[in-house]
Amino acid sequence: MPHILTASPVYIVGAAETPLGKVLDQSELSMVALAAKEALGEAGLGLRDVDALFTNYMGEEGSVQLGEYLGVRPRYAESSDMGGASFEFFVHHAMTAIATGRCDVALIAYASRQRSRRNRKKAAAALDGSLSAQFETPYGIHFPIGHYALSAARYMHQYGATPEHLAEIAVAARQWAGLNPKAWVRDPLTIEEVMASPMLCDPLRKLDCCLVTDGGGAIVVARKDRARDAAKRPVRVLGAGESHVQWHVAQCPDLTVTPGVASGREAFAMAGVKPGDVDVFEPYDNFTHAVLLYLEDLGFCGKGEAGAFVSEGRLRPGGSLPSMTSGGGLSYCHPGALGILLLIEAVRQLRGEAGDRQVPGAEIAVAHGTGGLAFSTASTVVLARD
Amino acid sequence: MTDNLSFSDLGAADPTTEPFWQACVERRLTVQRCTACGSHQFYPRPFCLSCEATELEWVGAKGSGTIYSLTTVRMPVSEDLAPPYLLALVDLDEGPRLLTNIEAESAGIGDRVTVAWRRRDGLPPLPVFRLSAG
Ligand SMILES: [Zn+2]
Repeated sequence: MPHILTASPVYIVGAAETPLGKVLDQSELSMVALAAKEALGEAGLGLRDVDALFTNYMGEEGSVQLGEYLGVRPRYAESSDMGGASFEFFVHHAMTAIATGRCDVALIAYASRQRSRRNRKKAAAALDGSLSAQFETPYGIHFPIGHYALSAARYMHQYGATPEHLAEIAVAARQWAGLNPKAWVRDPLTIEEVMASPMLCDPLRKLDCCLVTDGGGAIVVARKDRARDAAKRPVRVLGAGESHVQWHVAQCPDLTVTPGVASGREAFAMAGVKPGDVDVFEPYDNFTHAVLLYLEDLGFCGKGEAGAFVSEGRLRPGGSLPSMTSGGGLSYCHPGALGILLLIEAVRQLRGEAGDRQVPGAEIAVAHGTGGLAFSTASTVVLARD
Repeated sequence: MTDNLSFSDLGAADPTTEPFWQACVERRLTVQRCTACGSHQFYPRPFCLSCEATELEWVGAKGSGTIYSLTTVRMPVSEDLAPPYLLALVDLDEGPRLLTNIEAESAGIGDRVTVAWRRRDGLPPLPVFRLSAG
């Protein structure tokens, strides 16, 4: 029996990036408007057709502010803050809302100018009475590099992963970026260069960490019949899942395991596919070691085996599991919340429109988002060429 | 009950953590203990995470533990701490895990540590750790 949410299938019927990189001639809201118009246009739809709006990081009551700007008055709305993975969560929630008749055309959108504004925060607030201010800030933990460094150090200690294994992730992402004209950095990169970059918080070096750029995007989720006049091929949402765990790093019982175990299990079960069926993997590569954890937690390899799994160049162009095919957060774009761009790249690959970086014959893609501090949140979306 | 300065008023505590920080003034490291199941927890909550009972008491921790994970911070983060410094997660022998600093040149995961106290102007001493002797 098909899953109740997939009995009447939903599709990503439009997908578009905002301007990327360093954006000086747009506001965040105008960036979203441009991407929304383009994504809706692909589906043969307009803003007047949108009856559900999902956003994060667009200010207080974000969907309200964005809805006003776009002239959208949704009957279903959400600005849940699930960090950078919010957009995978939103696909999951939009599936549910569409399946139960609560909306027909869902717009999921986001933009940031964190590079131009230089407003990336690096520590929790001091003396605001919060638990973070009491038990994290006084110890000088960088937000989020310190959190992820504690995860990486424990993972390497427990499973014997090496700096070379981490560096391989950065090199694979950079090789893909070299094939993407929109990528922020495209110069060739070697394992040795990654390992020679400055140490920030052991074991994480500068080139183990994602970019800080401007950017964002928009996707449109609907039933296929709502995109009858679509100019682009709709991509089917086969399955989705989500979970979240700790906020404060000391509350995590095991920093080598992410909530991707739960989100991946649910998404693959709903989709009726296995990790071995995946042609393209778009992981949230905020830090190199993070990709190793996702590979294990989603079941692409066994626990503790990801270092060996990637070291044969498996994630690189031409490898058996093409991953981070845009160049990822490490080399293409990381606008504070990468999740929307993972979905857009997965759609491009499944439509066969990824140009030089196209994975031949891509049928099934997985976008896997994370958010918060050291894998607080996770959401997995399985997409398929129809 | 003395007329202690309330750290909650300074934003350095909240009403549920005030007893912890007041104990820090006396250089005592405390955690919550569930009177029903005996498990220890930290930070404090009005219920036991293990059994959901609501009767909890503050008890002194031995102050010894083991490093669960460790990083050397080599970038500027805080005006109060000059890099490099050691940032760690320490598992207390009673069970709870704390984020803390290790006051040492170097340390390793699995090393045994003992609580120490860092003075702070106008705020309670901060529990940090040093490598255990032997
Ligand atoms: Zn209990």
